[in-house]
Amino acid sequence: MTDKNKIKILVVEDDPDMMEQMKIYLESEGYEVVSASTQKQAEPLIKPGAFSAAVLDLMMENPDSGFVLSHKIKKMDKKIPVIIVTSVTKETGFYFDKAHDPKAWIKADAIIHKELRFEQLKAELKRLMGAEEGHE
Amino acid sequence: MSDQLPAQRLDVLIVDDEEGMREGAARSLEGFSVPLPDFGETVAFSVRSAATGGEALEQLGAKTPDIVLLDYKLPDMTGIDVLTSAPAAGDFLTIMITAFASLEVAVNATKRGAFDFLAKPFTPEELRATISKAARSIYLHRKARRLEEEKRQVRFEFISVLAHELKSPLAAVEGYMHLMKERMKGPELEAYDSMIERSVVRIGGMRKLVLDLLDLTRLESGKKKRLLEPVDLVKAAGLAIEAVTPLAEAKKVTLELKAPPGLLITADPGEMDMILSNLLTNAVKYNKEGGRAVLELAAGAGGGVSITCSDTGIGMTETELAKLFGEFVRMKNEHTRNIDGSGLGLSILKKVVKLYGGEVRVKSQYGEGSSFELTLKDASVPASGAEPALKA
Repeated sequence: MTDKNKIKILVVEDDPDMMEQMKIYLESEGYEVVSASTQKQAEPLIKPGAFSAAVLDLMMENPDSGFVLSHKIKKMDKKIPVIIVTSVTKETGFYFDKAHDPKAWIKADAIIHKELRFEQLKAELKRLMGAEEGHE
Repeated sequence: MSDQLPAQRLDVLIVDDEEGMREGAARSLEGFSVPLPDFGETVAFSVRSAATGGEALEQLGAKTPDIVLLDYKLPDMTGIDVLTSAPAAGDFLTIMITAFASLEVAVNATKRGAFDFLAKPFTPEELRATISKAARSIYLHRKARRLEEEKRQVRFEFISVLAHELKSPLAAVEGYMHLMKERMKGPELEAYDSMIERSVVRIGGMRKLVLDLLDLTRLESGKKKRLLEPVDLVKAAGLAIEAVTPLAEAKKVTLELKAPPGLLITADPGEMDMILSNLLTNAVKYNKEGGRAVLELAAGAGGGVSITCSDTGIGMTETELAKLFGEFVRMKNEHTRNIDGSGLGLSILKKVVKLYGGEVRVKSQYGEGSSFELTLKDASVPASGAEPALKA
């Protein structure tokens, strides 16, 4: 896990503790974290070259903040991997990841359910980054 | 007034082998309408008819009526047989028509859901009276079903959000535990102080949520034991201010009380403290550093008291104001993300204030501050001291 040349990851999460933990894990993996705690804060950060992957909480100031951000990121550069972290499925009974390839409209590459396991996040990032850069 | 109520039609099916009977009944209901001012509607009737049990079943199969006027003695079967084999039985209301009203028939028909009986021969007035009663019953049922459905929906949403609010702190603490277990910050315990500190804060928030939830449940069930006595609000305010002072000092918020020397209200002291603490805590939590919070108590214009709590805090936008009293609503913006709370405080406040015949008015200016104004009347002491017995 050494030379990642400090790959930047945008993390948007409104829970300060989840943010802190995500930072600790990702930084320990050698990533650099660009953080925002609201959709509003995150929007101006979406610029070409600002980050190479994004991890987004789904429900922030709006119930679909994560989707909106994901959509904007994909519109800017559809190769940037986006992971949406959510607990929405379990709590509301809404299923959006199995039924009919909803990734098409959600426009995220992976959806991870909270209670997020950081190993899972790590693995997803690695998989998606690897796919993008064509190595590893 | 009732003439202008919008008209709805109930579908009536008349089942009788006598043609005169069918036509007479249809004529009686033609142009007849029942005003239902409680529901804001007037009900008129459209009539279909069937001469035999077979025809009746056919009609019932084609479209479920709202009301069935059903003769007991039909050429091919009895009215009971029709009810037994009717599709969607129970979805319509049955009025049995009998020439020889016998107890046995009545019991049998009632068992199969007959709503009422008409003994032959009956006058058009009797028919209309029975139909009016049936229409009212149908509307009451529909209303009850609608309310039940709404209640279920609200409950479902409440529980979903509650689960979310309880899981967030759990996930945060669990996450820190994992980090510590994996010694992510090295072997020194001090390196983990902030994680431990945050875990304690989140668990505290969770405890507050559970306690608020219990308060809210007790208020809603009406099972909360109330102890009504003369309460000096000024004294109660003093205590509430004392309790919130550490929080205020930490945020460098000045607390100020403007009140007459004493102000009595017949109330439950615990409920008064809930109101005052709630107002003060919000005024401090949603304030800016170095801000001010003023609690004003005064005798109300028409008896009772008025309480105003204003702050120089972060204020709310109009959109935020509109959502303010919802359960678990916590204003999420860049100013509030480090403010903890259960999101139930104002729901509780509103419910308690309602117990005193009052209401909560809020004025707010984004970036400038908010002001909560409420009026309370003396709580009335229950007449015969009838505290509802607790069920074991």
